[in-house]
Amino acid sequence: MAILVQFAIGLIFGLGLIVSGMSNPAKVLNFLDVGGIPAGTWDASLAFVMAGAVAVTFIGFSRVLKLARPVLADRFYVPTRKDIDPRIIAGPAIFGIGWGLAGFCPGPALTALGFGSASAFIFVVAMCAGMVLARVIANLPTSNIVAPADPLET
Amino acid sequence: MVATPFTPLASLLGGALIGLSAVLLMWATGRIAGVSGIAARLFPPYEDRQFTGRLAFVAGLVVAPILVRLGTGGLPPQTIAVATPLLIVAGLLTGFGAVWGSGCTSGHGVCGLSRLSVRSLVATITFMATGVVTVFLMRHWS
Repeated sequence: MAILVQFAIGLIFGLGLIVSGMSNPAKVLNFLDVGGIPAGTWDASLAFVMAGAVAVTFIGFSRVLKLARPVLADRFYVPTRKDIDPRIIAGPAIFGIGWGLAGFCPGPALTALGFGSASAFIFVVAMCAGMVLARVIANLPTSNIVAPADPLET
Repeated sequence: MVATPFTPLASLLGGALIGLSAVLLMWATGRIAGVSGIAARLFPPYEDRQFTGRLAFVAGLVVAPILVRLGTGGLPPQTIAVATPLLIVAGLLTGFGAVWGSGCTSGHGVCGLSRLSVRSLVATITFMATGVVTVFLMRHWS
């Protein structure tokens, strides 16, 4: 049952990506291309995706988090960190470069797999390799360049 | 470069669906709908017993276009005009950066901003900025 629920929730997410047009990397790149504003090729759609998503999530989270506990778990696992460490800048900076090169971020890349795209498959394999590499480096005991912390906690 | 039409209503609606998914995941599992975090945790080391749930969520993402195609007979356009070597570099950077920075467009951009998280705001501004600079250099630097 829990598996089906999470599958359905992933399905809604994927549907949202398709309806919003974000499953097309060209739309993402045309949003990031502020140099296209004078030529009229700038596509502001991504800002509307963010607005719609944040509006619903902002209202929904405030209501859901008032519940005693989630339906399928013992408690809420909401990130609590507030510190601005080097990694919260370096990680997104690197992520943004990859995003700007191909127009794919993790969600749309995974949904693009269902389009049957070979390019999406290549991207997703490389993306997973990058994820595993980051976790390996973050967990190296000799790593003294960063404070040891869960690299996946938002 | 492939021109794309501005789709404010469809994008707003699709965004709302993404938000609905994030709210439902929090309601059901108590966890943030951060796709990079969910995908990265499909690989070892495993810290909890949420593997099958995460796999089901990712399966939903992948199956969505298949259902749309079955239901409507088609899919919206998808243009990936990037050569394979660059695609691999982009994938590596995207995956590495998302995990290194504790999140991506969904975890920081949608969920984090909705929680008024300062870390997510810093992350979102940063990846938007480097994304814009990267596209500018790729398209207009010659």
